[in-house]
Parts: sequence; C-alpha cells; structure tokens
Amino acid sequence: MSEVKKIATRESYGNALVELGRKHDDLVVLDADLAGATKTGIFKKAFPERHIDCGIAEGNMMAIAAGLAATGKVPFASSFAMFAAGRAYEQVRNSIGYPHLNVKIGATHAGISVGEDGASHQCLEDIALMRVIPGMTVIVPSDDIEARAAVAAAYAYKGPVYLRFGRLAVPVINDNPSYHFEIGKGITLREGKNLTIIATGLEVESALEAAEMLAKDGVDAEVINIHTIKPLDEELVIASAKKTGRVVTVEEHSIIGGLGGAVCETLSAKAPVPVLRIGVKDVYGESGPAVGLLHKYLLDGEGVYQQIRAWL
Amino acid sequence: MPLVQKKGCRTDQSAAAAFAVNAVLERNRKSMENLELQKIANAVRKDIVTAVHSAKSGHPGGSLGAADIFTYLYFEELKNIDPANPSKPDRDRFVLSKGHCAPGLYSALAERGYFPREDLVTLRHIGSYLQGHPNMNDTPGVDMSTGSLGQGVSVACGMALSAKLSGDSYHVYTLLGDGECEEGEVWEAAMFAGDKKLDNLTVIVDYNDLQIDGTLEQVNSPLPLDQKFAAFNFHVINVADGNDFDQLRAGFREAAEVKGMPSAIICRTVKGKGVSYMENNVGWHGKAPNDEEYKTAMEELEKAGEALCQK
Repeated sequence: MSEVKKIATRESYGNALVELGRKHDDLVVLDADLAGATKTGIFKKAFPERHIDCGIAEGNMMAIAAGLAATGKVPFASSFAMFAAGRAYEQVRNSIGYPHLNVKIGATHAGISVGEDGASHQCLEDIALMRVIPGMTVIVPSDDIEARAAVAAAYAYKGPVYLRFGRLAVPVINDNPSYHFEIGKGITLREGKNLTIIATGLEVESALEAAEMLAKDGVDAEVINIHTIKPLDEELVIASAKKTGRVVTVEEHSIIGGLGGAVCETLSAKAPVPVLRIGVKDVYGESGPAVGLLHKYLLDGEGVYQQIRAWL
Repeated sequence: MPLVQKKGCRTDQSAAAAFAVNAVLERNRKSMENLELQKIANAVRKDIVTAVHSAKSGHPGGSLGAADIFTYLYFEELKNIDPANPSKPDRDRFVLSKGHCAPGLYSALAERGYFPREDLVTLRHIGSYLQGHPNMNDTPGVDMSTGSLGQGVSVACGMALSAKLSGDSYHVYTLLGDGECEEGEVWEAAMFAGDKKLDNLTVIVDYNDLQIDGTLEQVNSPLPLDQKFAAFNFHVINVADGNDFDQLRAGFREAAEVKGMPSAIICRTVKGKGVSYMENNVGWHGKAPNDEEYKTAMEELEKAGEALCQK
C-alpha cells in the first residue's frame, strides 16, 4: 500500500493564495516577517508587488488590512495564530470585526502541533477568541483539499474570516469526488448510531482512527467534520446528537471555548445530551516533536479512543 | 425672512439652511476666506457643545480644540468629497484616529451637509446613528470606525497603501491625539508609512498637551513629537497655532508638495478652544456641561459668532 500523501495546511494556504491571485487582482497578502513559515512566501514569489511585509508588528498589520479592505482590496493578513488572534486581538475586534470589513486572517502554526517552539507559540485559545467576535467566520480545515477550498471560499465570501492552519504535515483525507466545501456546512464522514464524534482540523483524522478502534469494540460511532466553527452547522450537530444521544468533540485547542464550547452551547439549548470535550485540558503546551506531543496530550487516534472508552 | 442673512451668519437652524450655506460655500470653495472658515468653525463649536450637552457625556475639550482642523479639512482640504455620495471611490479619506473627538467630526460633517444638524442632539442616545465613537457603517461620511487609540493611523496607512497599489490618486488624512502617541501602534504605523514611502498620507497631530490624567509630562510624555516623526522618515511640519486658518493652510499646502515620504503636521492647539472655562482645562476632556454651563458656553459662542458677522 502506498504511503498516504501528507501536506501541512499552511502549505495549502500559500498555494491557494497563488491560485486565487492569478484570477483576482484585488487580492493582496500581508505578512509580519514570517512569509517563509506562513507560506505566503509562495505568493510573494509569484506576485511580489501584492505581498506587503509589515515587519514584526502584527497589530499594525491587522489595522492596515482593515484600511486595505475599506478601500476595496481583499487582504489576507498572515501570521502565527498566537500573534494573529492573540497579539492583534483588539485590532481584529475593533478595526476588522466591528466595521465588518472584508479581511481574511490566515493564521498558521495553531495548536500544540507547532512542536518544538513550545508553549509561547502554541496557540490553544484562538478559536475561542475569534468566534466570540460578532460576525466573524471561523474555519479550521482538516487537510490540503479542505484548506485550499476554504481559502477560495473565504475570498468569495464578503466579510471577516479567520482561517486556522497547522504547521504539521497531515494526511489528505478528503480526496473523494463527492467532496464539497461550503462555509457553515459540516460533513458526515462516517455514519453511526451509538455516539457522535465531532472533530475539526487535524483532529478529524484522529477521530476517524478512534472510530475504527471503537468499531472493533462494538461501538458504532458517527464522525462529523466541522470545518466551520462559526457559523456552526447546528442542524447537522443537533440531528446527529438526537440520533446517537452522546457527543464527543475533538480539537487541537483548549477544551474551553472552542469547538467543544460551540457544540455545547447549541446542544444545551436545543438537544441536551452528554458531551465529552476532548482537547488540551486548560494547560499550556510544551516543547517536543509534534507527533509526540499529540500522543502525550491524548490527541492522536489512540489517545482520542482511550478518552472515549474511559468516558463510555 | 431669508434663510441666510449674510454669508455664514444664519439665524435659522434648519437643515435647509445648512444645505443652502453649503451650496454657497461649495461655489466659493476656491476663494474661501478665513472669515468664512471661522464662522463655520464657530457653528461647529456650537454643535459640539450642544451635542455633548444633549448626550450628557462625551469629549468636548478635544473636539473644540480640533474644531478648526475639522473645519479646514471638510471645507477646504479634502478633495472629491460629496455629501450626497459619501462613498465616492475617488474621494480623499479622513480617519479620526482620536475617535473620542467624534462630536467634532460629526459637527463638521453635519455642517458640510452629510446629515441634518438637528440629529446631532441624538449623539450617544440609544438607536442613534451618531455613536459615542465613530462607526463607518452607521454614519454617512465616516470613513473608518475608530475609538481604540492607535488603530486609526494604521488603518489610514492601509488606505494610503491601497491607493498606491491600484494607482488611485486620493489622499488619506488622519488625526491623532498627542496622548494617543503614547500607544506603541502609532509608531508601528509611522515605521510602516515611512518605510513604504506613503506620500499620499498626512498625519495630523492635535497637540494640546493635555490628556485624561494631566499634561503630557505629568503622564508619560511622547515629546518631542516632531523629532520622532522625522526619525520615522516623515516630512514634519510644526504649526505653532493649530487654531489659525492661515497657519493650517500653510501647513497643509507644504504637506501637499511633499514627494517620497509621508507628512506629519503637528498642530499646537488649545484644548476646549472657544469656551472660556473649558480652555486648557483637562477636566473637560470627557465631561458634558450641565444646563448652566451649557448656557454660558452657548452665550460665549453666540457672541463670538456675532463678532465674526460684524467683520
């Protein structure tokens, strides 16, 4: 069996920007001295005149993006999630969110899979920070195919969008002809009747693996890929919760305020069922190889499986 | 009774009068005399005091101090602006980085005809399109939502860069507070504007030497501002009296000639200008006059307006 193709979603981001840049003159890309790492360097090579390096000043970059959007450009402002959502939070909130400007935030290096750089660079709070901003769309793609589709959809959509990408190369899981990306529409990857696993980003792969293991134990798990955390596909989440009666959320993010929070907010009012939130348990990350960290924090397929088994 | 007795000296407060005055002003734009600007600035000041009094909160001091700058911008400097078409693509942009001086901006916009002056009394009221700090999606003529200090100047940089990228000829202006220059983002933006050689950007600093907690030096002085902007590769113009139209005009004309670098016009102003008890008094940074104080302020401004009409 040939090896599964792996690509980091940050790489997909850079490639998608080039594809879109060819078609759309109004697309401009901003970076804060991380073009090599965020992969906007790929765009810079193709369209140097439309790549603006703002230097190490992320707050300023976000407000500059707001000014570009207010005058008709479609800026993609890029940095690590820690700085895009963390450092520049208030600029995103006040200069992009409040006036609902057409800025796309490409945040790479999210989650503990940043790896060796450690806790200072492992943003585990960005989904929570971004989704609490009124009118902000929050998208967490699970692989290369989804990431490229998400970037194109974000361009086509009018309004602020936060796109969360990873540093780690992840398997391509959506390479099937029926795959269709639509903002706000979750995807059922596996039908099941005993419980629902709702995952996002690279945890979709872990969720699928966990479901396989659960199946061997006789537990028939439904797996849903929620690539858009906001607006959440409430209809899909509620229908599945009602069908299975138990929900597990899985994300490479704090268990507070992210996908788990969003799902619980919806279910508590409209279809209350027990929910297990799997993620980083309100602690900081640490240095180490990404795969090793995902294992240690019980976020690989095995870890997700073990946590679900312990809960059932 | 005619709506306009004498140019700029109206007795009727209706929007029709404002529009009539604006029409006259538009025709005479090129040759507008300082006297006319002074009359408008006086009307702007009355509007500021009236709006803040009605709101029972807000920022009269900075708004009054910058009233002449607002007037100069909207009645002489900004090109291709049209109150009937506030989002005209080729218009010059203005970003009020010191967003708390919204009463000054709103009053100038109303005088210019963007919306009825009568609506200024809805400032800060529930449901009003005149929010405590400017929101571009609520108010005609407001080019950017501001209020959190330091961000507007960055946005102005983005607008100026945008014009450069697409070869548009509009110019971008932004008004900063001197206290606002304590925000690090101001200098991130200045670094960017200097590095990208944004000569279609003019940064105006309202230098009144007062901020909420006291004088600049009593708080955390950002001075010298001129040397700082110069160090960030700006062409710097010091305007000794930012409440004087001749000096403002000279400053803006010099800025318009600058090529290859952004300009900073540091305008020394009197906070609270035009209302005696508010002038240079930090207590009026963010406080509304009570009924008695409002009456006194309006009497002073009416008197000043009458004096201008005698000229």
